[in-house]
Amino acid sequence: MPSEDRPSLGLRLGALGGLLFLHLPILLIFLYAFTTEERSFQFPPPGLTTKWFAVAWFDRPDIWPPLWLSLKVAAIATAVALVLGTLVSAAMSRASFFGREQISLLILLPIALPGVITGMSLRSAFGMMDIPFSVWTIVLGHATFCIVIVYNNAVARFRRLSGGILEASADLGANAFQTFRHILLPNLGSALLAGGMLAFALSFDEVIVTTFTAGTGLESKTLPIWMLDELIRPRQRPVTNVVAIVVFVATFFPILIAYYLTRGGSETAGSGK
Amino acid sequence: MTTQAILPERGLPDRLTATFWRRPRLLLVLLLTPPLLWLGVVYLGSLAALLWQSFYSIDEFSGMVVPEFTLKTYAELFRPSNLDIIIRTVGMSAAVTLGCAVLAFPIAYYAARYARGRWKAVFYLGIMLPLWSSYLVKVYAWKLILAKEGIIGWAATGMGLGGVLDAVLAIPVIGGNSLSTSYIGTFLVFVYVWLPYMILPMQAALERVPTSMLEASADLGASRSQTFRTVILPLAMPGVIAGSIFTFSLTLGDYIIPSIIGNSANFIGMAVYQFQGTAGNIPLAAAFAVVPILIMLVYLTLARRAGAFDAL
Repeated sequence: MPSEDRPSLGLRLGALGGLLFLHLPILLIFLYAFTTEERSFQFPPPGLTTKWFAVAWFDRPDIWPPLWLSLKVAAIATAVALVLGTLVSAAMSRASFFGREQISLLILLPIALPGVITGMSLRSAFGMMDIPFSVWTIVLGHATFCIVIVYNNAVARFRRLSGGILEASADLGANAFQTFRHILLPNLGSALLAGGMLAFALSFDEVIVTTFTAGTGLESKTLPIWMLDELIRPRQRPVTNVVAIVVFVATFFPILIAYYLTRGGSETAGSGK
Repeated sequence: MTTQAILPERGLPDRLTATFWRRPRLLLVLLLTPPLLWLGVVYLGSLAALLWQSFYSIDEFSGMVVPEFTLKTYAELFRPSNLDIIIRTVGMSAAVTLGCAVLAFPIAYYAARYARGRWKAVFYLGIMLPLWSSYLVKVYAWKLILAKEGIIGWAATGMGLGGVLDAVLAIPVIGGNSLSTSYIGTFLVFVYVWLPYMILPMQAALERVPTSMLEASADLGASRSQTFRTVILPLAMPGVIAGSIFTFSLTLGDYIIPSIIGNSANFIGMAVYQFQGTAGNIPLAAAFAVVPILIMLVYLTLARRAGAFDAL
């Protein structure tokens, strides 16, 4: 009789291989940031150097404006998504109402449909209404798909929050705003912070929607667009790797923080995502 | 008795609270108005603009958009070259989805059934970190790996398998000059980038499979593969379909991967980008963008019928 208590060797190898497959390519980026070979992707690198970090920092002023723009866009988009996502999650956590299903579909749609559709739609709309490209047209697109990230985190927390705690607050004489300030906000806090972190990481990294909603000028070049340009027309390949590491780190920590903020709820079997 | 059962109202916040209590719909409307305005105006409005423009056409001589309702642009989608793009994209999406499902299963199954405590966290982070880390960085990493002088070529030569790699690259349709300029490369990168989107719903579905059911299956004399085929796979199916929504949809619309890695064959996303950009043919770009919407609507309807939405 086959024993189901221990995983078979094949399964173990499959799982381990899968995890390695997911992680090794990213490590390679780190290695290539130190290579002395500038033009090709020669492996193994002929030599190792740290000079590209200095080059990226001192000799490439073209990196800084895109970096600031990306940070700015991500910050504004996250702020908008936090407000809108919290509002809609508060509404959806209440008892059923007419159109509830449709609203949840509407929130999900910007990430369920491919990014190229969000991008092309916004571009069509800007074209028809003669809206000039600016930071705000980029933010418009980013905030739209960031709402669902905040929503997902907040609504999961709302579900775990018992209604009794809100009733108790009302019974003790608190009005809706006091309950929000002293009961709801502290309970939602970490979920909102996690959602905000993930939304920030998503916006900071977004490239497809951005290519459609940003103009062609330098002033609307985000860091991912800069990277895309470097991938197609490389100048100093190792410098691109240095920036890739920066981008990786800038998204790595928000994800890690988000994980620690929300892990309490994800331990139970079956809750999955 | 002098104590009041109802506390006195102390100002506007209290009065508003009382109003919300009496009329909960009002609070609901207040909560929903800003997000629905945003999503309704910005997102749905834009989708409407897209649909609208897809019914315009372009004047062949002046290259200007003719703002008159016509189905001419949609007819252009059925030109052999454009139909090719659609078929190629759908084919790639299906292949990528299948590839993801096969690769994801061992990870999802191990994480759902055997990983406990610290290992559970390792698996969770091990899937979440690649999922959320920079998309461009991941694509770029594969450019390094698949390049002619890259790590795969190096390893193949080192192990004396250079001939095998050349033979694979010599296969007519999927091969090419190097891995980074072949369909194999495009496929690999797509599978890599979307794999976590398949693992998570699959794992969620597998976690719901009761252990007792597997024991019962074993008690009744089923072999491992029989249990897998008749118990685990059917129960995991909603998770697989839920995951496939993401892998399929994301491949359908992506244009970065095929334009950086691949043999420059055209995909729907690339066509949208090119027609609206350099070609200046917004109506055709819009019509092309409607194709994934229609495909996904059909797909979502089928997935809903298969009960995949509960697994999302």
